[in-house]
Amino acid sequence: MATVTTTRRAPGGAGVMPDTPGWARWANDHRKWLFAAPAMIFVAALIVIPLGWTAWLSLTDAEGSVRAESEFVGFQNYLDVLSDTDRFWPAVGRTAAFTVVALLFEVVLGMAVALLLWRPFKGQKWVRVAILMPLVATPVAVGMMWRLIFDPNIGLANQVLGWFGIGPQPWLAGQHSALPTTIFIDVWQWTPMVVLILLAGLTSLSDEPQEAARIDGASTWQRFRHVTLPLLMPTVIVAILLRGIDALKTFDILYATKGRGGGSFHEVETLNVYAYGLSFDYNEYGVSSTVLILFFLIIIGAMWALTARRKGARR
Amino acid sequence: MKASPSYRVFRVVALVVVVLALVTPLFWMIAASFKTNVDIYDTGKALVFSPTLDNYATVLKQSHYVQFIGNSLWVAFAATVLSLLLGVPAAYSMSRFNMRKSALVVLMARVIPGVSLLVPWYYVFSNLQLVGGFTVLILSHMFVSLPLIVYIMMGFFDGLPQELEEAALVDGLTHIGAFRRVTLPLSVPGIATAGILSFIFSWNNFMFALVLSGADTKTLPVAIFDFVGYASIDWGGLMAAATVVTLPIMVIALFVQKYVVSGLTAGATKG
Repeated sequence: MATVTTTRRAPGGAGVMPDTPGWARWANDHRKWLFAAPAMIFVAALIVIPLGWTAWLSLTDAEGSVRAESEFVGFQNYLDVLSDTDRFWPAVGRTAAFTVVALLFEVVLGMAVALLLWRPFKGQKWVRVAILMPLVATPVAVGMMWRLIFDPNIGLANQVLGWFGIGPQPWLAGQHSALPTTIFIDVWQWTPMVVLILLAGLTSLSDEPQEAARIDGASTWQRFRHVTLPLLMPTVIVAILLRGIDALKTFDILYATKGRGGGSFHEVETLNVYAYGLSFDYNEYGVSSTVLILFFLIIIGAMWALTARRKGARR
Repeated sequence: MKASPSYRVFRVVALVVVVLALVTPLFWMIAASFKTNVDIYDTGKALVFSPTLDNYATVLKQSHYVQFIGNSLWVAFAATVLSLLLGVPAAYSMSRFNMRKSALVVLMARVIPGVSLLVPWYYVFSNLQLVGGFTVLILSHMFVSLPLIVYIMMGFFDGLPQELEEAALVDGLTHIGAFRRVTLPLSVPGIATAGILSFIFSWNNFMFALVLSGADTKTLPVAIFDFVGYASIDWGGLMAAATVVTLPIMVIALFVQKYVVSGLTAGATKG
C-alpha cells in the first residue's frame, strides 16, 4: 500500500484524511477510469459488437431471419452491391446530392442570418425564439406538416403560387421534384442550427481586426471577405462537420414524407433509407450489412477529409 | 459600431422574412389541427374557419395517445437521467485528464448510422426477450443522449477553474469528495443544458423506436403514423397528432431557451 500513499497526495500537498475507508481510497486513486469507464463500456458495447457483427454479416448471404443458417460468401456481396447501378449507386448519388445541396444552402443562408443577428438590436430575443422553433420541433412531425403544405391539391404552397399566377407544382409527389423538396425541408429545419453556431462564433470574435480594417478604409464586403470570414472559418467547419454528418444520415424527414423505399420510384431513397429497407422491409441482412459498411466508410472518409481541412485552417 | 439607416431598414425587412419563413409552417400545422377535414380541403377557408376540437378528441380517444405520451415522457426521462449518471463523471474525467482518445469512443456514437447497429441490437435484444419493452427503448435512446451529454459536459468542465477543487483538497476532501461537493454543485447550469438537450433529442428520436418499440411501448413520433392510411390521410387528425408531439417540446424550449442555445452551440467557438 506504500505506493498508494504517495500517489494519493493532493496537489496542495495535503494528504487524504487518515480515517478514509480502503474502498474509498481505492476509488479515489482510480477515479480517472472509474468515472470514464462505465460510459465508454456502455457505448463501446453497443457499437463495437454490433459493428463487428455487421461486418461479418456483410460477408454472408444472411436473409429472412438473422437466426437462419447463412453461408460465408466472401466479398460476393461487395461485388454485387458495387456493380448495382439500379439501387445502390443512385442511392449514393442522392445521398451526396442531398448532403451537398442542403449543406450549401444551410451554410450560405445561415451565414447571412447570423450576420443580420450579429449586432444587438431591439427585438433580437424574439428572432432567436423563432430560430429555435424548427430546431426543437420533432422531425417526423415536421415531415408531416410539410406533407400537408406541399400537398398538390390542398397544400398552402400551391395556393401561394396561385396568387402569383404560377400553376400548381407536384412538390413531394413528383418523381423529380421530391428530392429537392425534401432538401428544402431539411434546410428549413436545420439552417437555424448553423445560424446559432455561427452566431456563437461571431460573438466570440474580438472587434479589433474589424476596427483596424475599417480605419484602413475597407468596405463592408471587404471586411467580411478578408477579416470576418477567415477568422470565422474554424467555426464554419465545425458547423459543416456537425450538419454534414446528420445530413448524410437523414432518415426521419424522408420516411415521414415519402414512406418506405423513398417513394414508388425510390426518388428520395438515400443510403440510409435504402439500408433500412433492405434490413427491415426485405430482411436482406447480408446485402444490407454490405451497404452499411460502405456507407460507414463514406462517412468516415468525409469526416477525415473535413478534419484534415480543419487542421489546415487552424495553421 | 453604428449601423447606417438604410442597413437598418434592410435588416428589419430581412428579419421579418426570416421569422415568417420559420414560424408560418408551424402556425399552419396548428391551424389545420383545429380544422375539420372539409375545411382543410377548402382553400377559401385557409385563414377564416370555425375552430373545432374534434381532431384532438379523435387523437386522444381513438389511438391510445395518452398512453403514448406517457411512453415518450418515460423513455426520454429515464434515458436522460441514466445518461447523466454515466455521462457527467465520464466527461469530468475526460476533461480533467485530457482523455481525448477515450472521448472519441463515446463521440463515435454520433457518427455511426443507427441502421448499422439496429439489426444486431434487434437480434440480441429479441433473444433476451426485451424487444417491445421499455428497457431496450431506454438503452437505445441512451445511445443518443450519452454522447450529447459527454460532449456538452466536457466543454463545460474545460471551462471550470481547477483551483476551487484544489482548495477543497487542501481542506482535506478526497478527490471524489471534491468532485461531489464542489464541482458538481458548480456544474448545475451545464447539467441542466445537457439534460434538456438530451430530453429533446430523445423525445424527437424516431428510428430506434420504429424498430424496437412494441404496440404498448410506442413513442409519439412512431404513433403519428397511425393517421397515415394506405389510401387516404386523416389530415386533421394527423396535424393534431403532430401538434401534440411538437408543441410541448417547443413550449419547454421557449422557457429554457438560454440552455437550449448553449447546448446546441457547445464547442462551436473552439474550432
